[in-house]
Amino acid sequence: MISGAAVLLWGVAALLGTAVLAIASSHGSGSGTRLIYSLTLGISAAVLLVLASRIADDPVTPSTVALPLGLPWIGAHFRLDALSTFFLVVVDFGGAMASLYGLGYGRHESAPHRVLPFFPTFLAGMNLVVLADDAFTFLLSWEFMSLASWALVMAHHREQDNARAGYIYLVMASFGTLALLLAFGLLAGPSGNYTFEAMRAAASTPLVAAFVLALMLLGAGSKAGLIPLHIWLPLAHPAAPSHVSALMSGVMTKVAIYGFIRVIFDLLGEPAWWSGVVVLFLGGLTAVLGILYALMEKDLKRLLAYSTIENVGVIFVSLGLALAFKANAMPSAAALALTAALFHVLNHSFFKSLLFFGAGAVLTATGERDMEKLGGLIHRMPLTSFAFLVGCVAISALPPFNGFVSEWLAFQAVLQSPDLPQWGLKVMVPAVGGLLALSAALAAACFVKAFGITFLGRPRTSAVERAHEVDRYSLAAMFTLAGFCLLAGILPGLVIDGLSPVTLSLVGSRMPVQMAQPWLSIVPIAESRSSYNGLLVFLFIAVSASFAAFVIHRFASHALRRGPAWGCGFPDVTPAAQYTSVSFAQPIRRVFGTFAFRAREKVELPAPGETGPARLTVEIHDVIWETFYLPIGRAIDFATDHLNHLQFLTIRRYLTLVFLFLIVLLLVLALWP
Amino acid sequence: MNGLTFDIAHLLAGGLVLVSFMMLYQDRLFALINVFALHAIVLALSVAWQAYIQDAHHLYVTAAIALIFKAIIIPVGLHRIIQRLGIHRDIETAVGIGPTMLAGIGLVTLSMVLMLRVTPDADPLAREDLAFALSIILLGLLVMVTRRNAVSQVVGFMSLENGLVLAATGAKGMPLVVEISVAFSILIAFIVIGVFLFRIRERFDTVDVGALDDYRGEHR
Repeated sequence: MISGAAVLLWGVAALLGTAVLAIASSHGSGSGTRLIYSLTLGISAAVLLVLASRIADDPVTPSTVALPLGLPWIGAHFRLDALSTFFLVVVDFGGAMASLYGLGYGRHESAPHRVLPFFPTFLAGMNLVVLADDAFTFLLSWEFMSLASWALVMAHHREQDNARAGYIYLVMASFGTLALLLAFGLLAGPSGNYTFEAMRAAASTPLVAAFVLALMLLGAGSKAGLIPLHIWLPLAHPAAPSHVSALMSGVMTKVAIYGFIRVIFDLLGEPAWWSGVVVLFLGGLTAVLGILYALMEKDLKRLLAYSTIENVGVIFVSLGLALAFKANAMPSAAALALTAALFHVLNHSFFKSLLFFGAGAVLTATGERDMEKLGGLIHRMPLTSFAFLVGCVAISALPPFNGFVSEWLAFQAVLQSPDLPQWGLKVMVPAVGGLLALSAALAAACFVKAFGITFLGRPRTSAVERAHEVDRYSLAAMFTLAGFCLLAGILPGLVIDGLSPVTLSLVGSRMPVQMAQPWLSIVPIAESRSSYNGLLVFLFIAVSASFAAFVIHRFASHALRRGPAWGCGFPDVTPAAQYTSVSFAQPIRRVFGTFAFRAREKVELPAPGETGPARLTVEIHDVIWETFYLPIGRAIDFATDHLNHLQFLTIRRYLTLVFLFLIVLLLVLALWP
Repeated sequence: MNGLTFDIAHLLAGGLVLVSFMMLYQDRLFALINVFALHAIVLALSVAWQAYIQDAHHLYVTAAIALIFKAIIIPVGLHRIIQRLGIHRDIETAVGIGPTMLAGIGLVTLSMVLMLRVTPDADPLAREDLAFALSIILLGLLVMVTRRNAVSQVVGFMSLENGLVLAATGAKGMPLVVEISVAFSILIAFIVIGVFLFRIRERFDTVDVGALDDYRGEHR
């Protein structure tokens, strides 16, 4: 019997083979597209089956494979344990859904030869990152994943801004990999043993651990989208084709989180308590700023990308809590926080994929991503809008869907903070809990806007009036994901119990067994403190809503009537008079905008008697871009301008430079203690 | 190793450093070349002494190469070049003599401190030799950096190479092949640079490398 890891490596090899096949066949017509996506769907599904049998059978015992590839003295090590099993489920489920969606969506692709070869490659890369068991393989797979996704971002490279998005993505990805490289270098220590097993066994000094944490926050955080390293994400994710956007947002950010968890929780050993503070702070900041950016956005896919940043922030808050509890030897609380983080990883991969699929469906049907040009799609695309609505409700953390459960678990973990001994944490955790609550509320507002402006009201352009429902593959993918959103919401105990091997291996404890609770309730700590029953909420909502509908239709009015919309007394209302996404976000912009975006509104009124229109101008700054990145760019420009003189020195000065540098090196050697 | 052999080796290597210093303050080309010839003679003596105390006969060949090529052929050739170029009356230093000497002293101190620190376990003779050799290399570089005339840069380069030979012979077991190849490459470099000098002269009517910079449109 070959081990689990070996089977998965065969899956990766099959994906790479598909990529080669795609190069050969992608210039053909739709049949090539169908073939490639069917193959990736089949492979992902097969891998999921293997993983499912492993979860049912024995998820704990690690299964390892060492291949004689890569650097001769390291080789390539792969390992399948509880943590990687969980993340492989996320990766391959996302991959399967994206393939299913691609079966329909890919037919509208204008340049399939730029997408098809890289799609299986990207999936293979993500699988390899999660499987890797030594630093070299990890970094190689990581770069492989980055480059494959970069190629997908550049698929439509002639479109406006896509080249810039690709460039910024490439720069940030290289920077992140550099940080990871240094982190692994520190973990390997002077002995230079790059297998994860050796790193796990070696103990790091507090200073090294601090550097590793900082470098992982830079490396994995830039890929996951932590603020202020998120800058590439809202540019690159929307630039890719929609099913790839779904993969990048729903899955690739999770692979980055996997890297963070693997190093910080698994390889680094015991954390210091302040590391929790750092991660909590960054997570809270990311959550609130991410969703504020999303609220200001009127491009549907960019809004979703910014919302990804918010969700990554939520996950990092839970991870920070888990770190704080783990450092203070509170394993059950740490298990609760880690479960919340991992549960949110799973949930976000469900609903963010769903929402990107919905945005892709809208894009296919109307050719528009700008919400100000959409509207009224609920009558033209009823099924898509229903699935999108499910996604919106789930991501807004409303019961009975899955988003509520993971955020609720995160808040349960926040409520454990009074037991923490350090005052820094005691003060910090409730504050971050407040940020979390704020971001959850803003997320709800954001997705009311996303759904309302896009699908409700009246069409704003003629392209929308001609829109039709999308094909059945896309719908199947969306409804499968919507179904999983509901299932994970009403059966959270199943997921929590499924996560217990992971928390056991990482923090040495687990949440209480949930499936033993009556009526599918979940009880994170004790019945006396808190419990939640998604099924009950679902049944209550279903019954009361049906009852209300029945009562209204039975007693108030028998027939469905359509009347003209009331336009506040104006006789002739054009669609442009509707709420727009900017006007919907205006109150929130007024509250948070001045500090978060240096927003300013200017009203120009014509003088009395003039007939010109009054104008309202809103000025919004991307403060992070202007504070962090523009100065760096300017510094580089300045340096290159001035270093340019070095190209035109005299021979004697070149000699002098070499000579002086030699002297400096010798001096360093002479003065080194 | 008894005290006398060590002292003589030390004296010769130290003498080489001293001659390097002499090279630093020569502002006439003929004098510079004469000092370089002296440099090569001291090097030949030093290498010969090393051959005697290490009982390594191939080092006599190295000493002979140093004596014949560097002390006789190259200086004579350079004399001729200078005469044919008509620059024997030129006086040139880019940096004043005082600062150059001070910098030289600093470099020798640096190489002593460095070498004595990084080689505590080595044979004392090899240690001293390496320290002196590094000083000579740095002083040769300093000559190259502080001169404008291409001929004196060539001389600086060759005195630097003398330092390399000293380092190579100080350490036991350095095969002759290495030294021959180094010496040969220096000879080639000498020929190439000589040809270049005439080319430069033909084109610009001077061997001041500043003319090259002018030609490139740059000014100091």
